Amino acid sequence: MHLTARQDTLAGIQEIEGRSLWQDARDRLLRNRAAVVSMIVLGIVALLALVAPWISPHPFDEIYWDRIQKPPDFANAHWFGTDGNGRDLFVRTLYGARVSLMVGVLATSVSLVIGVSWGATAGFFGGRVDNFMMRFVDIMYSLPFMFFVILLMVMFGRNIWLIFIALGAVEWLTMARIVRGQTLSVKRREFIEAAHAAGVGNFTVIFRHIVPNVLGPVIVYMTLTIPQVILTESFLSFLGLGVQEPLTSWGVLISEGTRVMETSPWMLAFPGLFLAATLFCFNFIGDGLRDALDPKDR
Amino acid sequence: MIPVLDIEGLETRFATPDGEVRAVSDINLRLGEGESLGVVGESGSGKTQLFLSVMGLLARNGRATGRIRYRGEDILNRPAGELNKIRGNKMSMVFQDPMTSLNPYLTIARQMTEVLIEHRGTGEQEARTQAISMLDRVGIPEADKRIDMYPHEFSGGMRQRAMIAMALLCGPELLISDEPTTALDVTIQAQILDLMSALRRDTGAALVIITHDLGVVAGLCDQVAVMYAGRIVESGPVRDIFYRPLHPYTEGLLRSMPRLDSAITESLASIPGQPPNLQALPPGCAFCDRCGDVTERCRVEMPALREIGANRARACHREIAA
Repeated sequence: MHLTARQDTLAGIQEIEGRSLWQDARDRLLRNRAAVVSMIVLGIVALLALVAPWISPHPFDEIYWDRIQKPPDFANAHWFGTDGNGRDLFVRTLYGARVSLMVGVLATSVSLVIGVSWGATAGFFGGRVDNFMMRFVDIMYSLPFMFFVILLMVMFGRNIWLIFIALGAVEWLTMARIVRGQTLSVKRREFIEAAHAAGVGNFTVIFRHIVPNVLGPVIVYMTLTIPQVILTESFLSFLGLGVQEPLTSWGVLISEGTRVMETSPWMLAFPGLFLAATLFCFNFIGDGLRDALDPKDR
Repeated sequence: MIPVLDIEGLETRFATPDGEVRAVSDINLRLGEGESLGVVGESGSGKTQLFLSVMGLLARNGRATGRIRYRGEDILNRPAGELNKIRGNKMSMVFQDPMTSLNPYLTIARQMTEVLIEHRGTGEQEARTQAISMLDRVGIPEADKRIDMYPHEFSGGMRQRAMIAMALLCGPELLISDEPTTALDVTIQAQILDLMSALRRDTGAALVIITHDLGVVAGLCDQVAVMYAGRIVESGPVRDIFYRPLHPYTEGLLRSMPRLDSAITESLASIPGQPPNLQALPPGCAFCDRCGDVTERCRVEMPALREIGANRARACHREIAA
């Protein structure tokens, strides 16, 4: 009897396994209801965007001359109605989701890669290098963003990839500042000194020892950057600087919707709902991540 | 025989907003193969900065001058890239606080194998096997499973063992440990000290122990150097220092060790006063304000560190009693 109990505990001990701080954070995040619901909703939106052509019988650029600007109509499978050119709004909203989410994720990734490398390098070396690198960031900050985008558009023509680059090139500035600040506090910690004492090179110290330690605030900031980027893209498209017809994004759809919102409110409501829900979700996830990654704050 | 570590006239200064601080002055030390040296002194005596200078780990505002040779090769103020061929490979350091000296986001395996991969170009699998056997050697049970754990899942003693294992992984000729037991509780301290003396016997590495605990020195070291206000004030074989201290500071340190055989009613002895401000050192002996045998000469003339017989040196004006 005693022996079996003993053996059970021994078996339990046999299965020791490393639990990283990331795993702990994930568990805490999964206990946060708002964050979990947000992730599910976001997942559904992303999934819908992916499978849109297979759900709806209508292609996103097909014009139905007999059904211009019609309200939602289930007989013809126009679940969200049609737009001013007689195209199915459901499919267009989901194609808009593709563009908006892609802009959000890609531009944020660009800003993440540049911002983290730049900020960590500046913070790590300090002194003159830091001064030089951060003054460059300050100068970039002071350039008017719209001017920058319009300049790019004029030089290279309207192109969706240009939007990624332009947004990423601007968003990394704040990221670099955050990462630099965190790096300054991490680099004086003892384990960094221990890594130096072990003869690890500077590059490895930065990217293997410092970066994982600053990733918490970075991830939180990232989830807040994505909605910001989506909004900026919507704004650019609203101004006519964004994606080109027949491709669309939520910003384009909303700008079209606002023009006719008194006569055809569905043209504003559906894309607006998707955009708002997505932004909500990212903010909730960011909030949840902040709590999960920094449990001391609660 | 070329000594493993040879320090000549080392001086370490820090530029601070209130002026320059001389943390380490006029240090001469020599450490042969397999020897062990204890560096003793109270907080702020410069013992840690001395060896951070050796490792090239001084803070940005620190400058070291003089000569530090590793196996005859001058390593002082060399660029990090060149130092990295020696650091962690031929010469490694164990830090004071094992709770903060391991990266919390990386597994023990990752941190240990890094050293081997970096210095020896060992393959990942081979490095892992070596790391496991080293963990096993420093007494971590089930090393093959625990190596995949994260530092926060280790106890303080286990972490210090892991740190020691990491330092020994490349088979260094010189191991510097900065207060290796200070952050650990007493039972673990004894285990770590046993481990270190066993490893020293097995690996033949020269050992430097930086500590303020004379008990640690007595158990592990052959030679002792006592530091005060950035200078060595007395050095010699451990037995001589313990049985016949010749510097009043060393005497004070020995007296202030709690003893099991003293009467309970006796209060603990201490050295009166505070260590001097390194920015405003007196012209004479730095210890003069706290010394019981102080004379006029002590206040005006700094005593030099003089050889007094076999392997012994001290810096004091006091007559040596026969």
